[in-house]
Amino acid sequence: MEIKVLGPGCKNCVTLDRIAHEVVRELGISATFEKVEDYAAIASYGVMSTPALVVNGNVVLSGRVPTPRHLKEILESI
Amino acid sequence: MSTPVSMSAKDTRQASWLKLFAILASWYFLYWGNDKIWNWLLFSALPLDESSKVGESVRFFFYDSIKILLLLVGITFVVTMLRSFITIERTRAFLGGKRQGVGNLMAASAGVVTPFCSCSAVPVFVGFLSSGVPIGVTLSFLIASPLINEIAIGLLFTMFGFKIALIYLFSGLTIAIIAGMVLGKMKVERWVEPFVYANKMNSQTEFASPHYTLRDRMNMGAEESLAILKKIWMYLFIGIAIGAIIHGWAPTQFFADYAGPDNPFAVLIAVMVGIPLYSNAAGVMPIVQALYDKGLPMGTLLAFMMAVVALSLPEIILLRRVLRPKLLATYVGIVGAGIIFVGYLFNAILN
Repeated sequence: MEIKVLGPGCKNCVTLDRIAHEVVRELGISATFEKVEDYAAIASYGVMSTPALVVNGNVVLSGRVPTPRHLKEILESI
Repeated sequence: MSTPVSMSAKDTRQASWLKLFAILASWYFLYWGNDKIWNWLLFSALPLDESSKVGESVRFFFYDSIKILLLLVGITFVVTMLRSFITIERTRAFLGGKRQGVGNLMAASAGVVTPFCSCSAVPVFVGFLSSGVPIGVTLSFLIASPLINEIAIGLLFTMFGFKIALIYLFSGLTIAIIAGMVLGKMKVERWVEPFVYANKMNSQTEFASPHYTLRDRMNMGAEESLAILKKIWMYLFIGIAIGAIIHGWAPTQFFADYAGPDNPFAVLIAVMVGIPLYSNAAGVMPIVQALYDKGLPMGTLLAFMMAVVALSLPEIILLRRVLRPKLLATYVGIVGAGIIFVGYLFNAILN
C-alpha cells in the first residue's frame, strides 16, 4: 500500500500523518509513507482542503483529520 | 457505512436526536443563567460594590468571558453541523464557468457558508483557478470567507441586535463582491505566481461524497468547537481583559477625542490600528463592546472589527505564495478602502 499525506505542514497534517502510521501498524499492513508539502503537487491531486490522504493514487479523505476508527474502516476497505 | 441497517440503526438515530436536544437545552440554560450567577456571586456572596470601578470591571470580565465562550462553542457547533452538508469541492463545481458579476455575488455568498480554514487559502486559490473559476470570482470567495464570520454575526446579534448584525453581513458581502469585480476587471492574472496556471489539474476529481449520520455531524461539531477553543482562548482572554480595562478605567473623553464621531479621521485610524492586530471575531468583540459603551460610533467599530478579521498579517504572508506583491498590495488596498467606506457610510446613516 502506498500512502501519501497531503498538506503544507500545518498541525492537522502532522496529526493525520501520526494517526495513519498508528493505524497501519495496528492493522499490520505493509505500507510506504510519503509527505506531499508542495502546493502545486497538492493541487495536482485535485485537493483543496488539507489535510488529505492519498492511498494507491486515489484521494480517500480530504479536509479533516479522521478518528483512528474511521481511518481503519477506510484502509480495511481498500 | 458498516453499521447494519436494522432496528438498532433507528434507535441510534433517535438517541442522537435526543442527545442533540439535550445539548442545545443545557447550552440555553447556561446562557440564560450566566448574568444571574455572576451578579449573585460577586455582589451578594462577595463584598464587591456593583457601582465601583473594580466591581464593574470584574463583572465585565467574568460575565463576558463565559458569555463569549458559550456563544463561540454554541455557534461553532451548530454551524459546523450545518456546514457538513457543503464541501469546498461542491462549491467549486457550482462556481465553475460563472461570469463576472453574478459569479462574484454567488462566490461571496458561498464564501460565507462553505467550510474553509484560512490555512487552506492557497490550495483553494490554485484549485479554483485551475478549474476555470475566473480570478475575480475566486477573490470574492477568498475575501468573503474571513470577512463575514459566523461568530461575529452571532456576537453582534446578541450584543447590538438584529439590525447591526444584518448591516455587517450585507456590507461585508458588498465589499467582497465589489472588490472581486474590480480586481477581475484589472486583469490581475498577470500578477499571479506562474505555477498556479501551469498546474493542469483534473477538475473533475470527485471524491466519493462522504455519507454522514447525525452522530457523525454532532461529533464533527464537537471536534470543531474544541479545536476553535484551543486555538483562540488566548486571544479571547486578552481581548476580554482589554475590554474590562477600557470598561472600568479608560476615560470617556480620551476616546471621544481620538475616535469619537467628531473626529473625521476616526475610521481611518480604526482601520490602520486593526490591520496589524492579529485576533479574531471572538477576541475583538469584547473590545468593540467596551468602546461602544465609551461612545464610539457603530460605523467606526464595524470598520475596526472588519480590518482585524479580514486583513491579517499571517494571511497576507500565506497569500504571498500565490500572489505577486503588486496584486497583494492591490488586494489589501481595495479591501481596506471598502472597509473604510463602510465605516464612514454607517457613521453617517446610524447617527
